Amino acid sequence: MGRSMLDLWVGIFVVAGMAALVILAFKVGNMSSMGSSETYEISANFDNIGGLKPRAPIKSAGVVVGRVTSIEFNNERFTAKVKMAVEKNFKFPKDTTASILTSGLLGEQYIGLEGGGDDQMLKAGDSIRLTQSAVVLEKLISQFLFDKAAEGGDAKKK
Amino acid sequence: MPHRTLPSIRRIGANAIDVVLRLGFAARFIGLTLAHSGTSFARPRLIIRELYYTGVLSLIIILVSGLFVGMVLGLQGYQTLTTYGSESALGVLVALSLVRELGPVVSALLFASRAGSAMTAEIGLMKATEQLSAMEMMAVDPIARVVAPRFWAGVISMPLLAAMFSAMGIFGGYVIGVVLIGVDEGSFWSQMQGAVDVREDIVNGVIKSFVFGVAVTWIALFEGYDAPPTAEGVSGATTRTVVTSSLAILGLDFILTSFMFRGM
Repeated sequence: MGRSMLDLWVGIFVVAGMAALVILAFKVGNMSSMGSSETYEISANFDNIGGLKPRAPIKSAGVVVGRVTSIEFNNERFTAKVKMAVEKNFKFPKDTTASILTSGLLGEQYIGLEGGGDDQMLKAGDSIRLTQSAVVLEKLISQFLFDKAAEGGDAKKK
Repeated sequence: MPHRTLPSIRRIGANAIDVVLRLGFAARFIGLTLAHSGTSFARPRLIIRELYYTGVLSLIIILVSGLFVGMVLGLQGYQTLTTYGSESALGVLVALSLVRELGPVVSALLFASRAGSAMTAEIGLMKATEQLSAMEMMAVDPIARVVAPRFWAGVISMPLLAAMFSAMGIFGGYVIGVVLIGVDEGSFWSQMQGAVDVREDIVNGVIKSFVFGVAVTWIALFEGYDAPPTAEGVSGATTRTVVTSSLAILGLDFILTSFMFRGM
């Protein structure tokens, strides 16, 4: 095999390998959607985060606007402190509500932001006051059973 | 009956010493290889030649097996996911298992048996036919001329091959899942993109395949260089290359995985 053929094949090989890496990064990974765009960090305290995990998406009106960066336990208030990075070009008013929602019945959990009417915007390091915890299935069922039992008791009295 | 047990105990001791000696030589060998790498980078033509023999000639086996592994993942994943009614997560399953595990591991196993064994046989035969000694006679360091270019060729081509394996596998999963079975194409790709993180998953996979590349080429070159200069010696060394590097890949994979993906 000649020298130039060898070079050609090795060149093709290296280019194909690089192309495979680029395909993996852009088509398979989320490089294009959440790349190096600048973000600012805000936090929120939740009574219960359910199954929320770091890197979970933050959506507003269904559009991904950021990601959860870290989840810590706040030992003073016995709540979960969730830090999130929101993209710089999205601004939210101070009285934004953050709630933990689930996509689909068994899907992943994400944080939904719902803007309020305040004319002041959240800045980096701010904390969201209005939060709504994740729905815990056990609590929901026990409350339902409790209500049913109470109803049954009322019916007997009458 | 001390006359019967004594030799076997003696053999255990001799084997243990042999293992330690070989480990020491292997460590010295990789040190020498790295020290002589400068000269082989000064002559990139040598590395390009070896890239052809290790990388380009492994392409077919890597691409074809990647495609089939991906297609099997598509079929099996669909079977399992459809019992939970979440077949739209098929893309996530195929992509994550390929990028994190199967891509680096299976391509490294194939690389060890395709390219690693060839390296060992080549260098072992060079030694058996005294080509290496002849080089030394001509004041050419065989480590700089023969070993270092092969080492770097293996280290460079392994991550590229693993990336191609994963990409091909995801394409295979796409063909089976979306084209043949009819999983929704939009959710196949969008759920995949939502779940696969570039730094967490893809970069870690590349790191894995890089480590496997170092391990496989190191073992292959060392076994070849250390082979007894006989026909039997070379064949034994070739077998040992495949066995040792396969075990090393799986063991290293466990260690790397436990560091990279715990918790999450």
